[in-house]
Amino acid sequence: MRVTFTVNGREETAEDVWEGESLLYVLRERLGLPGSKNACEQGECGSCTVYLDDAPVCACLVAAGQAQGRRVRTVEGLAERGLDPVQEAFVETGAVQCGFCTPGLVVQAHDLLERVERPSDAEIREALAGNLCRCTGYEKILDAVRLAAERKAAAR
Amino acid sequence: MEFLRPTTWAEALAAKADQPDAVPIQGGTDVMVEINFSVRRPPALLDLTAVPELATWSLDGGRYRIGAAVPYSTIIGELGGALPGLAQAARTVGSPQIRNRGSVGGNLGAASPAGDSHPPLLAAGAAVEVESRGRGVRMIPADAFYLGVKRSALLPDELIRAVHVEPAAGPQYFSKVGTRNAMVIAVCSFAVALHPDERRVGTGLGSAAPTPRRAREAEEFLAAELDWSAPLQPALLARFGELCAGAAAPIDDVRGTAGYRRHAIAVLARRTLTWAWHDHLERRAA
Repeated sequence: MRVTFTVNGREETAEDVWEGESLLYVLRERLGLPGSKNACEQGECGSCTVYLDDAPVCACLVAAGQAQGRRVRTVEGLAERGLDPVQEAFVETGAVQCGFCTPGLVVQAHDLLERVERPSDAEIREALAGNLCRCTGYEKILDAVRLAAERKAAAR
Repeated sequence: MEFLRPTTWAEALAAKADQPDAVPIQGGTDVMVEINFSVRRPPALLDLTAVPELATWSLDGGRYRIGAAVPYSTIIGELGGALPGLAQAARTVGSPQIRNRGSVGGNLGAASPAGDSHPPLLAAGAAVEVESRGRGVRMIPADAFYLGVKRSALLPDELIRAVHVEPAAGPQYFSKVGTRNAMVIAVCSFAVALHPDERRVGTGLGSAAPTPRRAREAEEFLAAELDWSAPLQPALLARFGELCAGAAAPIDDVRGTAGYRRHAIAVLARRTLTWAWHDHLERRAA
């Protein structure tokens, strides 16, 4: 089947999509957007987190056909006008080790900071509870989110 | 595989009537896992995310009617005050990403004994609104909905439209045993709902029997023995725990043994009733 939806502000069409295919597969394999990572394929790890309309979701659990006519924003879409403050903060704090979990964490942290200007540590942990890092650099990741929150708050 | 995408409820019912083996998909948090792992290859997916009325809730005649597609995040954000038991359970589901997609309707459709919504729905006396093109609407009480492991009273040509729950008449609590505070399927779970106006306590057990179920004997015991103006008596609390554990029919599996589950149900039952009773007495005193 054919699926048409908006990705990072541009309308895209994927052809010959299998009916059981995930949005993640379409993004990575058909639209050339490998930022969202494919790991657990069961919603456990958060590596494939993208915005569907305005809510972060696991792209591996969205059937491609369900994205028809909707808006998707991937980690690539956060960097269209230079790096987002969340991405910069991940670099500066050393919150990236192997990097596999990073795109999902960046999108999920981005959503948190869109909703909560100054999240507490408990709120950060809760927001990131569905994103696994096995390296594991959670402390640096928390540092990154705190730094990004400060920067975003200062820029407001 | 076919991909069916109705945009109205009538179209959705027609699609299910014409193709009863089509698998409804909403948030995909169960169905897509099975497809990704080749556990399931249904002849058709019936995508319900384009049916707008499923995604809304309303207060009809004093009861909340929660559309089957209302995600857990909305239940937490908008219904936590009126339906605290269900909202507490919703907060324990998966992760934020999962709660943005998963719904009570999907939980009911999957009818897993471990589904987090079921115990609070049982304790609150909820009813499931299902509909088919041929026979119209049926209201199924939650305690008649679950028939077996991942089997429900939903017929092949029916779809779940909504769940109906009365606003909490008294304190409600939900508690769940798991290995961490996120992304866990319940080892076992328990919900309690006080109905002080009726001098009655509702219960719901999760992941402790082939289906979610009420602890009926425990409910009858409390209805007969509770003094609603006094503190809980330790002997009564202990007996309540025993009767709840007695209502369980658990199995040994990778998440826990049957013996552990029975023990844990008794602990959760005592604990949640204690919390609820504390609130109840506080409200009486206020």
